[in-house]
Amino acid sequence: MATTELPPERHAMGVSMKRKEDPRLIQGRGRFLDDIVLPNMLYLALVHSPYPHARIVKIDKTAALASPGVKAVLTGEDLVAAGLGWIPTFHGYDKQMVLAVGKALFQYQEVAGVVATSREAAFDAVELVEVEYEPLEPVVDPFDAMSDTTLVREDRENKTNHIYHWEVGKREETDAALAGAEVHIKERVYFQRCHPAPLETCGSISDMNPATGRLTLYLTSQAPHAHRTVVSLVTGIPEDKIHVISPDIGGGFGNKVPVYPGYVVGTVASVVLGVPVKWVETRTENLTTTGFARDYHMDVEIGATREGQVTALKVKTVADHGAFDAAADPTKYPAGLFGICTGSYDFPIAFTELDAYFTNKAPGGVAYRCSFRVTEASYAIERGMDLLARELAMDPAELRLKNFVKKEQFPYPSPLGFVYDSGDYHMTLQKALDKIGYPELRRLQAEKRARGELMGIGISTFTEVVGAGPSKHFDIMGIKMFDSAEIRIHPTGSGIVRTGTRHQGQGHETTWAQIVAEELGLDPQNILVEEGDTDTAPYGLGTYASRSTPVAGAAIALASRRIREKAKKIAAHLMEAAEDDVEWVDYKFQLKGVPGKVVTMKEIAFAAYTNPVPGSEPGLEATFYYDPPNLTFPYGAYIAVVEIDRDTGETHVKRFLAIDDCGTVINPMIVEGQIHGGLTEGYAIAFMQEIAYDSGGNHLNTNFTDYLVPTALETPKWETDSTCTPSPHHPIGAKGVGESPNVGSPAAFVNAVMDALSPLGVKNIDMPLTREKVWRAIRESKA
Amino acid sequence: MFPAPFEYKRAHSADEAFTLLGLHGGDARVLAGGQSLIPAMRYRLARPAVLVDINPVEEFSYIRETDGELRIGALGRDAALESLAFIAERYRLISDVSRVVADPVVRQMGTVVGSLCHNDPCGDWSVAALASRAQVVVRGSGGARTIPIDEFLVDSYTTAVAEGELALEVRFPTPGARTSGAYSKIERKVGDFATAAAAVQITLAADGTIAEAGVAIGAAGPMAMRVAAAEALLRGAAPSREAVAAAADAARALADPTADTRGSAEFKKDMAGVVVARALASALERLGVEGLR
Amino acid sequence: MKISVTVNGEAYERDVEPRTLLAYFLRDTLGLTGTHVGCDSSSCGCCVVMLDGEKAVKSCTMFAVMADGHEIATVEGLRQDGKLHPLQQAFWDNHGLQCGYCTPGMMMTSVVLLKNNPAPSEAEIREAISGNLCRCTGYQNIVKSVQQAAAELSAEPAAEPVAS
Repeated sequence: MATTELPPERHAMGVSMKRKEDPRLIQGRGRFLDDIVLPNMLYLALVHSPYPHARIVKIDKTAALASPGVKAVLTGEDLVAAGLGWIPTFHGYDKQMVLAVGKALFQYQEVAGVVATSREAAFDAVELVEVEYEPLEPVVDPFDAMSDTTLVREDRENKTNHIYHWEVGKREETDAALAGAEVHIKERVYFQRCHPAPLETCGSISDMNPATGRLTLYLTSQAPHAHRTVVSLVTGIPEDKIHVISPDIGGGFGNKVPVYPGYVVGTVASVVLGVPVKWVETRTENLTTTGFARDYHMDVEIGATREGQVTALKVKTVADHGAFDAAADPTKYPAGLFGICTGSYDFPIAFTELDAYFTNKAPGGVAYRCSFRVTEASYAIERGMDLLARELAMDPAELRLKNFVKKEQFPYPSPLGFVYDSGDYHMTLQKALDKIGYPELRRLQAEKRARGELMGIGISTFTEVVGAGPSKHFDIMGIKMFDSAEIRIHPTGSGIVRTGTRHQGQGHETTWAQIVAEELGLDPQNILVEEGDTDTAPYGLGTYASRSTPVAGAAIALASRRIREKAKKIAAHLMEAAEDDVEWVDYKFQLKGVPGKVVTMKEIAFAAYTNPVPGSEPGLEATFYYDPPNLTFPYGAYIAVVEIDRDTGETHVKRFLAIDDCGTVINPMIVEGQIHGGLTEGYAIAFMQEIAYDSGGNHLNTNFTDYLVPTALETPKWETDSTCTPSPHHPIGAKGVGESPNVGSPAAFVNAVMDALSPLGVKNIDMPLTREKVWRAIRESKA
Repeated sequence: MFPAPFEYKRAHSADEAFTLLGLHGGDARVLAGGQSLIPAMRYRLARPAVLVDINPVEEFSYIRETDGELRIGALGRDAALESLAFIAERYRLISDVSRVVADPVVRQMGTVVGSLCHNDPCGDWSVAALASRAQVVVRGSGGARTIPIDEFLVDSYTTAVAEGELALEVRFPTPGARTSGAYSKIERKVGDFATAAAAVQITLAADGTIAEAGVAIGAAGPMAMRVAAAEALLRGAAPSREAVAAAADAARALADPTADTRGSAEFKKDMAGVVVARALASALERLGVEGLR
Repeated sequence: MKISVTVNGEAYERDVEPRTLLAYFLRDTLGLTGTHVGCDSSSCGCCVVMLDGEKAVKSCTMFAVMADGHEIATVEGLRQDGKLHPLQQAFWDNHGLQCGYCTPGMMMTSVVLLKNNPAPSEAEIREAISGNLCRCTGYQNIVKSVQQAAAELSAEPAAEPVAS
């Protein structure tokens, strides 16, 4: 489907209108999960295992049950008896315990739940649950897990820590090309385990109402419909009896995609006790038990000619999933969309394979502000290209320009199975180079190097793949990854749009209204957007992996066009003309050739109810379930400039320029905000974030004093700009952008630091680039 | 997340504070800023049976210069030091510290005396107090005593304040004309505990040599430490790169840090030297001696 | 124990346990849910409120009993006489919020900043809000928002958030 030609003077598209969701939020009148209070509500607190691997010998509830205010104590055994000991993970390759059954498999694993009349009473009683453990040897390193000396999962049929093998591409030809390459680089790059850590932690209120027979679930959920279906499948409660409400969410970033034990235990407790049960996790629980991200050990190999033409790419990955493979990937993609690892480059041949392992760590991984595994893939290729540039003694910008997929090659079929929709990588990188004054920066760098100063310039020209996804290839637990929009226009010309997505700050209440307003010539201030209530919203797969604009945004545009089709008939009826004589011009219907004779959408809306076309239905509404024909491929060119303090290893980011191309932009202000936020998360990942465990399986980053979120003082100032290559297959040419900055920026930072350290011969340091790691690299290079 | 239950007692006067503390002895903890105590209680690492809230005692709330000393009362807040013009002008070391303790919001409640009594291995005020040769006034049923800081700080989270006693005031000598100081702290981000920290206070003689030196490091052992060897080699020396480097090496030799997420012992030890060098260079610059960075 | 706290100009008398944190007193006992809780180590600042018209405090690191006899201003008190506080307007104008979870704390810290420093530089703003974390905005538009509010308040001082 060709991109719609949008009128030059936009009505609402491309306008930086202020957000409609802000008034309540700036007045402290948002409705976040913990703000909700229901009558007779109880509180759930969880008991956690101090051991990373232990047999659970006995759980004594007596003291806890006797504690003031306690109404119930639930264990894994209780849940097994209720048929809920285990729940499926999202992509169906595994299942996970709700509460530990027989064994605890990671430190902080949920072992029991206490329900009490107040938060404090629940936490007091948590201390009184007596659990007898028999500690076992943990396996913490996936490379150790490979040997199967310590088995993490006794419940699985195959007694091995190896979860699955995945591969795509041409192995033999790639190996041959690499073997015969004139220049060949190979490097292990590790993308560390990190955590999305939104400021609002996860939580739920489970309200099994005995009077109505319905279960209402308030959830911090990025995918309310999917959660409803999972709960139904797992509990046996029919979907019509389950009402999921996802209220205002204080940040998601992928953390709020999985189904967590707290939700299930709270639901069981509510069923048993007949009153609402609220569970709100602590920050420590959030960081130690909920969806981590990344943890990919990647061997990148690139072959090239001496002139710098790439000839082959191979990436071999060891993935650490923790104790359960709770990755929220589409079914056919256990390693997500890692096949994007050929990036923005025209590799004639490529191959990638991945082996995943269980370890005694928290389960996952989720897509932390990225499309599924795309950040890992992007990091691998962007680091690989820089290492190749160094090997060739070639400027990294020059190497990229030489190897980019050319504009004429789109739609571009990549060697690993994607068809990139559109892009002009040369244009975008050139814009970045010009804007930052690249040649001048290199001159400055040469001067500083002569004085022994460590200045670095790092480039990342990433291509992302988002918008999951076409029904042919994409499903989550069997449900295809379409998305939907339902639009109803009221008699007085305002309207309501509901979709299957669920924003957590991305501005949908504004941007969706802008799409509708643009398509129908209405005022976006009068288009109400609703998401997150499964009783009223059409079925969708939620908001994550930057899929909302590509999929739901398309559904909204197409539903709007269905309305416009009907509106045209009403216009013709009102103008007493034939439908063919009516055309949509300048956001109104006009009688062809008679400029004065117009009918506005507002008038049409009124007529739909007061003067409907004889023989047709009154009213003015439409629904569209959009099955995208392809994914979309936003991309960008990022340049980071850094200086390193030799004595302390501290990196100062002097400049960061991000040029993003996400196709058509609905609201530039919102897009810019997304870029700022994503770059800040990328910065944090590059320099300070890590979920690490010691060799004994002890979690080292359990709260915000050890899992670091940068403040306004550390965070660099971001320079942003854009180019626009619309997606040819998307109804409004939009590609999605919320996660690009987090995908593309880590490599820019690391490439910059490595560039700064290159005179010292330092080739690779894994993130986070802490002061010590840089300091050590500098020291060791002198030796 | 939620503290264990406790009994709450409120003191409205100094006398009432002493009475309550005497009455409850080891069962009681003092609640002033609460910025270290309350987080510890939320994690249930601290479970005092009784809290004696001294916030209503207005007479504890002062920062004043008296008899050649800066005297900060038990309720003297970090943020007050941060904002007072005369501190920025004449108490450079204290001013430096007041800008990097915890974060700007925590500083509005946190107290200097409270921080000293908490004696966290990574605490900032203890480092400054050592370099300044401060003293702490403590009172109990037996009367009041003035304790030099080196005796006041005993071990991690342990001070000379006995059961039933209250630390009332910390006294910093007022720097003279040829005295200045500086604080250098390496932290991964605002609000983090120090990776390494150093406080120095330098007095120059008329001939430009160093007459007096106070050098202390933090986050390098069970508690902040005086680098006596650095002080000794600086005393009488002319300010120079070599002297600064030697002092830094003395700090490295003394430092005995614990490895944690902020770094290995080896790294932190080296950083102890770096921060001493940087603090010395800053202090000397403030005294008009350039070029020692 | 019984405490009397004035919040946003209104006097409340309630019975609380000594261990009740001020943040939960405001949220659960008084139903003022605009103040948020985001961490358990006093790191994030989502819970910041104004104490006695002069201090920004982390309400998760204060007991409600400590507020007895004192005045607290929360985000709900910023809007007065039907008008948004210049900070609220500025956050809205400049896209200074996305998910909105850090926003109340960010604004209350900024209220106190602007009282003490009516014309802060960018560096001073970043320093002042460095006890408040944000995961969505990267702080850049928050800084712009505070700058706009500062300019506006210098030109035309707003009604005091009720708690001074």
